[in-house]
Amino acid sequence: MANEVLTGAEAIVRSLELLGIEHIFGLPGGAILPTYDPLMDSKKIRHILVRHEQGAGHAAEGYASASGKLGVCIATSGPGATNLVTAIADAYMDSVPLLAITGQVGSKLIGTDAFQEADIVGITMPITKHSFLVTKAADVPATIAAAVMIATTGRPGPVLVDITKDAQQGKAEFVWPPVIDLPGYKPVTKPHGKQIQAAASLIAESKRPVLYVGGGVVRAGAHKELLKLAELIGAPVVTTLMARGAFPDSHKQNLGMPGMHGTVPAVTALQKSDLLITLGARFDDRVTGDVKGFATGAKVIHVDIDPAEIGKIRFADVPIVGDAKEVITELNQELSALLKKGQPDLGEWWTFLDGLVERYPLGYTHVEDGKLSPQHVITRIGELSGPEAIYAAGVGQHQMWSAQFIKYERPNSWLNSGGAGTMGYSVPAAMGAKVGQPDRLVWAIDGDGCFQMTNQELATCAINNIPIKVAIINNSSLGMVRQWQTLFYNERYSNTDLNTGTDTIMIPDFVKLAEAYGCLAIRVEKEEDIDKAIKLAIETNDRPVVIDFIVSRDAMVWPMVAAGLTNDEVQYARDAAPVWDGIE
Amino acid sequence: MSKHVLSLLVEDKPGLLTRVAGLFSRRGFNIESLAVGTSEIEGLSRITVVVGVEGAPLEQVTKQLNKLINVIKIVELDAETAVQRDHMLIKVKTDASTRSAVLEAVTLFRARVIDVVSDALIIEVTGDTAKCAAFIKVLEPFGIKELVQSGVLAMGRGSKSITEKVLK
Ligand SMILES: Cc1ncc(C[n+]2csc(CCOP(=O)(O)OP(=O)(O)O)c2C)c(N)n1
Ligand SMILES: [Mg+2]
Repeated sequence: MANEVLTGAEAIVRSLELLGIEHIFGLPGGAILPTYDPLMDSKKIRHILVRHEQGAGHAAEGYASASGKLGVCIATSGPGATNLVTAIADAYMDSVPLLAITGQVGSKLIGTDAFQEADIVGITMPITKHSFLVTKAADVPATIAAAVMIATTGRPGPVLVDITKDAQQGKAEFVWPPVIDLPGYKPVTKPHGKQIQAAASLIAESKRPVLYVGGGVVRAGAHKELLKLAELIGAPVVTTLMARGAFPDSHKQNLGMPGMHGTVPAVTALQKSDLLITLGARFDDRVTGDVKGFATGAKVIHVDIDPAEIGKIRFADVPIVGDAKEVITELNQELSALLKKGQPDLGEWWTFLDGLVERYPLGYTHVEDGKLSPQHVITRIGELSGPEAIYAAGVGQHQMWSAQFIKYERPNSWLNSGGAGTMGYSVPAAMGAKVGQPDRLVWAIDGDGCFQMTNQELATCAINNIPIKVAIINNSSLGMVRQWQTLFYNERYSNTDLNTGTDTIMIPDFVKLAEAYGCLAIRVEKEEDIDKAIKLAIETNDRPVVIDFIVSRDAMVWPMVAAGLTNDEVQYARDAAPVWDGIE
Repeated sequence: MSKHVLSLLVEDKPGLLTRVAGLFSRRGFNIESLAVGTSEIEGLSRITVVVGVEGAPLEQVTKQLNKLINVIKIVELDAETAVQRDHMLIKVKTDASTRSAVLEAVTLFRARVIDVVSDALIIEVTGDTAKCAAFIKVLEPFGIKELVQSGVLAMGRGSKSITEKVLK
C-alpha cells in the first residue's frame, strides 16, 4: 500500500500522536500556524494554550517531572522561541526530558533577518542535548522520532526541533516507523561487571559509608532498588535537592538533604565519610561547598549514566557508567552474595550520626514581628496534604524550606528548579504536573517574587480546569537575596523590597490578583487560620486556589554553609556552629 | 599546558562546527588549531583539533565532545603513532640581493615557491609544527608580509583507519 501523503504540519501532529504524546503546552504565531491547524483536529493530543511561552516550557517540565513522561512545548519563531529559552536551560540543568518544537521562517528567508527570525538552534546549542533544523516536509517524522528518542534515553534532557514554515506547508509521503539514523548516539545503560565487583568490595570494607543520592535516581526510577541497597548496607542516605523523595524521609537511615542548606547530619556524614556511594549525583558546588575541603577522607564510587559527570569535579575511585536502576540492581546482587560472609560493622558510625541527629534536628526559631513563621506554614501544607501530593517550589527561601520541612516519601513528588534556580518555575510547573497527574493534589509553593514572574498561567489553569493550589510565602521581599544582605552585606537591603506585605502599599494585592484570574483567593495572617485555609484549598477543586500567607521577612534559612566555605563550616543558626566529636 | 591532537569523525551536519567550537569555549577548553574537511566516506567529516589542556584533564574534553550527538568517534593521535602535518603559505619580502638566500632556505626546508613578483615570493611549506616554526624563524629576517596556515592534520600510522570499526 502506498504511503499517505501529508503536509509537514500534519506529519508533526501524526508523529507526536504515534509517539504517544497526549499533552502539549504552547502558544501559536505566524511561523507555527500551519501546525496549529491540524493540531485542532487531533483526538489524541490535548493542546493547552498558555499565556507566555516560558510557562509552556516549565509546564512541560512539570509534566515530565511529575509523570516521568516526555514534556512537550511548542512556540512560534523569533520571540516565541526565545521565550522558551529559560525553560530549556532549566531542563538542561535538571536533566528533564523535554521536546521543544518551534516554527521558523521559510527556508528561503533564513539568514535575511526576516520578520520574527531568530537563530533558535544557534541560541539553544549550549542548553540542549541536541537540536534540529527541519527544512523539508519529508524529514519531519524521522526528526521528531529522533528528537524524542534523544530527549528520553540516556541522560534525559531538552531537544529542540525548529521547523521552517515551508517544511510545514510542503507535502511528503508519511513513512512510519521512520528510520532513526544516529550513529554517534549510543548511551551506555548496562554497567561493567568488574566495576560492580570493585564497588561491592569497597562497600564491604567501608566503616563510614554514605549513599549520596542525586536526581539521577529519580529520573531512572531506581527508588525501589535504592531502598534495597540502603537496607543491605545499613548505611546512611542523603538525598540532594534534586533527589528529595528518592528515599523515604520516614526511613531511619535518611539523614535528609546535604549541601548549602542541608541538615547538619547530612552535611557532616558526607564530610566524615570514608566512602561516598554516589548515585546519579554530580558533586554540584551547592552540595560540596569548597570542593577542596569536601569529604577529604572519602573514597568515591560514582554511578552516572553520563560518563562526562564522572571525574568532572571529584576523582572517582570506582567509576560506573550506566543507568542507575540497572547499576543498583546488579550491585544489590553482588553485595547480597558478598555480605553473606559478614556485614560491615557500622556501629561506631551510627553512634556518631545518631548523636548529630539528636543534637541538631531541623528546626527554626519563631519570629517576633507578629507575622507567620514561613517554616510552620510549609510544614502544615506538607502535613495536611501528605506524601501522595505533588509540591512544586519556586526559587528562594521558600524553596529551601519546602525541601526541608515537607516530608517526601516518594519520587516525583518534589519538583523544583535545582540546577538553574529559575524564579517563575513553580506555577507553570505545578500546572503541568496537574495535567500529567490529574488525580493528585498539586501545590505550587511560591515566593512573592517568583510568583510575579509567571503568575499569568493562573488564567491557563482557571480556563482549562487545572485546579492547582498556590501557596504564596509572602515575605514582601526577595527573601533569599535579602538573607544574604543580612548576613554578608551589613543589612544593606539594596533592591530586595517588594511591597507585597500587608503593612506596605501591597502592589499587587495577591488576593485581588488571584480573584481577577478566577481563582479562590485567601489571605492568611494569623496562625490559627493556617489549617483552615489549607483545608479549604484542598477541598476546592472547581478552580485554582491561591493563598497569600503573610510571613515574616526576618525568617532565615538554616543550616547554612556560606558560599566559598568548606562544609566543615556549616552553621545551624546564625553564628552557631555544631560541635563534632567522637570521630576524626 | 599540555597539547594533544584529537581526531574526530563526525556527521557532516549543519551547525556541526559551531557545536564543536561552542563546546570548547563554553567549557573553557583551549583550541590551538582546528582543521575540518570531508572524509573518504560521504556524509562524514574529519576534524583534527589541537587542544591545549590546563586544569581540566583531556578526558573531560573527549567525554564532553562525545556527548555531541553528531560526533561518532574520537581518537587521540600522538606523535609516535601518527603523522602530523601543518600547511602554510608565507609571503616574504625579497629583492635582488635577498632572493637567492630565501630560495636556499626554501630548498633546505623542502618548501616550494608558488608565486613570484619582483619584490616578494609566496612560499608553501608542509611539515610538522616544529619544522614549520623553524622555517618561519629563518624567513623572519627577510620580512614576512603575510602568513596563513591550516590547522594541524593528523592520521594514524599503519593500514587501519578510524572509520573501519565505526561503520560496521
Ligand atoms: C530569574 C531569576 N532572577 C533572579 C534570581 C536570583 N534570586 C534567587 S532567590 C531570589 C529571591 C526570590 O524571592 P521570592 O520569590 O520572594 O522568594 P523568597 O526567597 O522570598 O522565599 C532571587 C531574586 C533567580 N534565582 N532567578
Ligand atoms: Mg519573598
